[in-house]
Amino acid sequence: MIPLETFRVALRALLRNKMRSFLTVLGIIIGVGAVIAMVAIGEGAKAQVEASFASMGSNLLIVLPGSTTSGGARGGFGSMPTLTWDDLRAIQREAPAVRYAAVQLRSNAQLMSDDQNWATQVNGTSPDYFRIRNWKADRGRLLLDSDVESSAKVVVLGQTVVDKLYGAVDPIGQTVRIKNIPFEVVGVMEKKGQSPVGQDYDDVAFVPQSTFMTKIQGGLQKFISGTIFLSATSTDSTERAEQQVTNLLRDRHHIDNGADDDFSIRNLTEMANAQAEGTRTLTMLLASIAGVSLLVGGIGIMNIMLVSVTERTREIGVRMAVGATPGNILLQFLVEALTLAVAGGMVGVALGVFTAGRLAAKFGWPTLVRPDIVVISVCFSGLVGVVFGLYPARKASQLDPIDALRYE
Amino acid sequence: MALIDLSGVSKVYRMGDVEVHALREVSFAVEERDFVAVMGSSGSGKSTLMNIIGCLDRPTAGSYHLDAREVSKLDRRELARVRNQTLGFVFQSFNLLSRTSALENVELPLLYGGVPARQRHARASEALARVGLADRAHHHSNQMSGGQQQRVAVARALVTRPRLIVADEPTGNLDSRTTVEIMALFQELASTGITVLLVTHEPDVAAYASRVVVMRDGRVRTDTRQEGRRAADDLRAAPPADEAPQEVPA
Repeated sequence: MIPLETFRVALRALLRNKMRSFLTVLGIIIGVGAVIAMVAIGEGAKAQVEASFASMGSNLLIVLPGSTTSGGARGGFGSMPTLTWDDLRAIQREAPAVRYAAVQLRSNAQLMSDDQNWATQVNGTSPDYFRIRNWKADRGRLLLDSDVESSAKVVVLGQTVVDKLYGAVDPIGQTVRIKNIPFEVVGVMEKKGQSPVGQDYDDVAFVPQSTFMTKIQGGLQKFISGTIFLSATSTDSTERAEQQVTNLLRDRHHIDNGADDDFSIRNLTEMANAQAEGTRTLTMLLASIAGVSLLVGGIGIMNIMLVSVTERTREIGVRMAVGATPGNILLQFLVEALTLAVAGGMVGVALGVFTAGRLAAKFGWPTLVRPDIVVISVCFSGLVGVVFGLYPARKASQLDPIDALRYE
Repeated sequence: MALIDLSGVSKVYRMGDVEVHALREVSFAVEERDFVAVMGSSGSGKSTLMNIIGCLDRPTAGSYHLDAREVSKLDRRELARVRNQTLGFVFQSFNLLSRTSALENVELPLLYGGVPARQRHARASEALARVGLADRAHHHSNQMSGGQQQRVAVARALVTRPRLIVADEPTGNLDSRTTVEIMALFQELASTGITVLLVTHEPDVAAYASRVVVMRDGRVRTDTRQEGRRAADDLRAAPPADEAPQEVPA
């Protein structure tokens, strides 16, 4: 018999019992839908984590100065400046796996425009900082080396600060007062969004590091009162860069073997990988739970196919009497199970994509429907159909035509 | 050589510890174009004989040549092939597929014979016309009377242009008027070259056949040729009864 005819016969048999066919595939629909939706949400969450880490900077490492111990109370990282400007220059010069290195000097200050004011984080830094963080100017320009050399009173503002101080007015060329000192706004940063912990990256202002030290927050000339941001030459070299900087700083700070570092290095790439790994595990977990419902759906198909074979024993007998071979009968029931399962799979995909989209819209999650998961789900439901359809179909094909014809 | 040639055919069923001898060394031949009625009470072995002749079952012992081919040792697949190509069946309870049109029911054997769709349609329509149901091709079986359903079944049996039609109590569910109609159909088929083997327990029905074989206890008891058989066509012409189709439980 022609395959197309087999399919037509199967389709008609299924449409004869529409309600039953629908209830049978419901298990598959829910199973596939759940797999698609869960994976989409999981992938979306992963992408969000990756994006937020990527927005911090590419191949980013942060060097924090060490802790102080005064009277037994340990101050925690950053409480004592142990990093010197010479350290920074040494890193730039002697760590080959480091591409850029720049300081981030931090202070909180009240910024005032002509008619508004806003408290924000003011950072003193150098042009390399923007390269490390992959951060471009939206309008105007970034800080220049010449700004640093001349301790220019210029400021580059984040989007949030611009919104608060100027609203719709173009801020370029305006004067903003920081600690009552007038700065010229030379640029506005691109919007960067939130950090992985929800901090607003755009609520920030940048001034040259030299200006920062003389006008905003005085400090020791020798030590850096902040952190050093580094970028490794590539994603693969972040660990190498970390090792090189560690060795270099231990050497420069004369730390004996076995003694603790007086600084610490945060490897953002590793943190991002760890978090992405966590999300992936969660996705797999959700998808496997959904996969179990696919299995249950398959058992539902087997159950109904068995009922169908019993119910249609007489029909099978007639078909055999007029010349259907056992192979014809086997194929017919197998195609029926397969049609059920694949139809269910396809409806499930639609349901899954729809659900993922709705959930995403409702909770503000990103979703990513992976085409490979869609294909795998449909193929898997087809496989479920064949596996669970095989036993009933075999049972039908092994019927004795005489018994089948006599069956009441 | 005869179309059907059974020699020393036995069939033994095993029911638990008991062996049931349904057929005991039956030797039996049917020539082409013959119209044979097999009679006998229930348990006489006539159904078993019909199943074996119809290639639905295989004998335990003996040989069966159908159209000069030994079929008693064929496997299920090959038997299905023989049923499809050489045989047509008509059953007591019609055995049409429900919720399926008359035309599609008639097409069914051609479907398994691998006949292309266009040709299937043409041949099925032709077969329906031959049994006088050209105008009912798209009716479903539950929209037809018992007589009409049985005629669809006859059309299904002859659509493959078989050598032999095996009918198992084909009039058992029909009233006397439609019985005459169906028997007329069988007589016509026999006259056009199709061999008909009819199983019945009604002497009235057997009277239409040209040869009557009576079975008892798994053996052929009598085998008689009826020269002055009834012609169903004459009977049919006689009483002009009302045309209302009769509903007969399937």
